[in-house]
Amino acid sequence: MTYLADVAALTRKDLRVELRGRDTLPAMLLFVLATLVVFHFAIPDAAGDDAAYGLLWVAIVFTALLGLARAWVPEQEHGVLDGLVLAPCDRSAIWLGKTLATLAFLLAAQAVALPAFVLFFEPLDATAIAGVLLADIGICAVGSLMSAMAAASRARELLLPLLVLPLAIPLIVGGVGAAVSADGERFLLFLLLYDAVFAVLSWASFEYVVTE
Amino acid sequence: MIRGRDLEKRYGRKRVLRGVDIAVVQGGFAVVTGPNGSGKTTLLRLLAGLALPTRGDLVVEADRSCIGYLAHEPLVYPELTAVENLDLFGRLYRVRERRERIGMLLERFSLWDARNERVSTYSRGMTQRLALCRALLHDPDLLLLDEPYSALDEAGATLLDRELEALAGTRTVVVATHDPERLAAFQSGGVALA
Repeated sequence: MTYLADVAALTRKDLRVELRGRDTLPAMLLFVLATLVVFHFAIPDAAGDDAAYGLLWVAIVFTALLGLARAWVPEQEHGVLDGLVLAPCDRSAIWLGKTLATLAFLLAAQAVALPAFVLFFEPLDATAIAGVLLADIGICAVGSLMSAMAAASRARELLLPLLVLPLAIPLIVGGVGAAVSADGERFLLFLLLYDAVFAVLSWASFEYVVTE
Repeated sequence: MIRGRDLEKRYGRKRVLRGVDIAVVQGGFAVVTGPNGSGKTTLLRLLAGLALPTRGDLVVEADRSCIGYLAHEPLVYPELTAVENLDLFGRLYRVRERRERIGMLLERFSLWDARNERVSTYSRGMTQRLALCRALLHDPDLLLLDEPYSALDEAGATLLDRELEALAGTRTVVVATHDPERLAAFQSGGVALA
């Protein structure tokens, strides 16, 4: 219970910092909407549904990257990460709190992006939406860890996409598969497995990322 | 409580600390002095467990929950208020009677009236006082202070003097400073870095 209380306190802190600073979420919302509008005018009508689903995933992944790039900025300012690392709580709680907060921002961006996608392109069925939600969990879990690694580097803006995008490829495969395949449930299971494996790996390895 | 022998720290090819010995007994008050770039901050980071020595032996008989660390940076969120910052760290440090302790520290460091203002609106001196509150919040056995007087005005410095006087002898304290004369009354040992 103490662990969950720590996670809740850290997540609440991230949401509060974002609510006050408004640094990340407005940028994510504007970016995903602008991307969908650009795609709407860039894709010829004859391109078909599958191309549209692919572009939805491009928008989702890059919107997530935008959020992840800012995820550890509040901790970098004033060196707060040292304070959190020194605290006697389980260090994985810091990662989990950050993952949940980033997931909340991404879900908020998608609450706008998915209706916009339906408006501009094609309807989304329940399997496609489930695919998006499962992929969100995976990208936030892996992305929060990679973002913490990148934050320690001087070239963090360059490093983050290089670390996250290769790891996001299975999520894109699963997400697009869930949307376009006749056997979408199989892809949902694949996404579920990815989430479980990579969430555990990220949870277990976070301590080694933030300490020497 | 602290025993370090022949400590060395490198970041890549750059050696920031070389051949440092340190010994501080429980309840001791050690002052770390040295010019800019001599490795005072690095030494305190080693003692806090935030960095590992590249060479040498270091034993610090205190776990994370018993260490209070005041860094160059305040280690608080500028977008949160003083109370919100201290409440977060109080939860993470499992501070008993957290609200009372936070209120008492804010009173003691003259931040009570500004407790609900965002730290981003604080002056540098107020932020430093809040950083001191954060370091003392869990009543640590080992206190590591990196330039604690920086940015404090005379009133703030006097408050800190009084706090250190109360802690001297009952807690183990290591202070990195450019002004060792100020701490001469409490000092029981020291490390001079070249």
